[in-house]
Amino acid sequence: MRRPVVDVNGLQYSYPDGTQALRGVNFHLEAGEAVALLGANGSGKTTFALHINGLLRGRGSVSVCGMEVEPRSLALVRRKVGMVFQDADSQLFMPSVLEDVTFGLLNQGLSSEDACERARVALRQTGMAGAETRAPHHLSAGEKRRVALAGILALDPEILVLDEPTTYLDPPGQRALADLLRALPQAKILITHDVPFAHATCSRAVFFHDGAVVAEGPVEAVAARFGWGLAAR
Amino acid sequence: MIHRRAAGAKLAVAAVFLVTVATAHRHLLALSAGWLVVLVSGVLVAKLPVGGIVSRTAAVLPFSALFALFSWMEGFPQTALGLMVKSYLSALVVLLLVATTPLPELVRTLESARAPQFLLMVVQFLYRYIFVVVEEAVNMRTAAAMRGGLRFQAAAGALATLFARSYSRAEHIHRAMIARGFQGHFRSMATGTLAAGDVIFAFTAGALPLLVRTLGEVLL
Repeated sequence: MRRPVVDVNGLQYSYPDGTQALRGVNFHLEAGEAVALLGANGSGKTTFALHINGLLRGRGSVSVCGMEVEPRSLALVRRKVGMVFQDADSQLFMPSVLEDVTFGLLNQGLSSEDACERARVALRQTGMAGAETRAPHHLSAGEKRRVALAGILALDPEILVLDEPTTYLDPPGQRALADLLRALPQAKILITHDVPFAHATCSRAVFFHDGAVVAEGPVEAVAARFGWGLAAR
Repeated sequence: MIHRRAAGAKLAVAAVFLVTVATAHRHLLALSAGWLVVLVSGVLVAKLPVGGIVSRTAAVLPFSALFALFSWMEGFPQTALGLMVKSYLSALVVLLLVATTPLPELVRTLESARAPQFLLMVVQFLYRYIFVVVEEAVNMRTAAAMRGGLRFQAAAGALATLFARSYSRAEHIHRAMIARGFQGHFRSMATGTLAAGDVIFAFTAGALPLLVRTLGEVLL
């Protein structure tokens, strides 16, 4: 049996305005496994994902690679979990592509040379080689997403969390991303509304409704149960 | 040619230029004409549009005019004129520097020169997100125009929305930063060393404003 890399039990979270976003979520992810988080907008998928690297803290337990997510373990947890956010513009905050991709590596204490080397490899992986000196605001929306992914892949995390990774990607870009994700050895959590993409990349789906997990199983079966099936598109 | 030179060399030349201009008092108008010739030559060598650069530099004048007006009213017309001339020339120096140096390179060089990091962080974020905020504003204006135009009350509401969106974006950026290990200060990449050509450029170009001033003070 593979070891669990993410283990969440009874997670509850309310936003400061009192809105209860998570109502006792249980979730488990094994090493190398890819799981799609499905569910309507506002069902709690992103809020849940933000707990995995401690960006939000709720009640219940969240452990990553055997470490409980708490203030003293946050630095280590964040090395294990790489998160690609929904809005690439918020993720690409440095003035050039290379500087953005090296941002996390420099924070890990790598030298400039090593950071640049790893950043270039990650940019090649995501099909963005040659964009090193470009300014993020000059990139197309699809290119921004690929650079944002490169910034995370360069860190070589054990778990990848991708929030709506196919947004703004054209069909060839989506296929390339699906191929890349399938080839990556990391455990993956994909938050998406794109059922064919989830089907192509994930072995399992978890369906969120009103802050709780209401179903889990094979992607197609879970999607079909809530009228999200492939045929519905 | 100027574009290829290291940011450090250009920054040193700009600093010499600014100090030389700021500390000049005698024969200011004649000296300024000489400096203007040097700067316009720099603009031409850099293959930048002279008209565009010279006119955009004038954007600084309304601000300096306010202080010049006070000096004039206090009975110091020479000081007022000097203020206008110096501010224009200084702005031209900075514009030439910024127009020939990629901002990331300039920020890294300023950082290695131990400029305040907080200030550099603000400049960096401003440069990165001003385009995003402007794009959002343009989109909102287009959306309003398609529904009959933006009246004063709606414009105020749009401005508030834009502020709220920018605030929310700042929170998202902060999250993205700490998710990648940010712990309060930027670790920048090492800046390149100066090549022989950069050193020659720094000494040659840096000598020009001093030469103009020395010649002017000796000959006039």
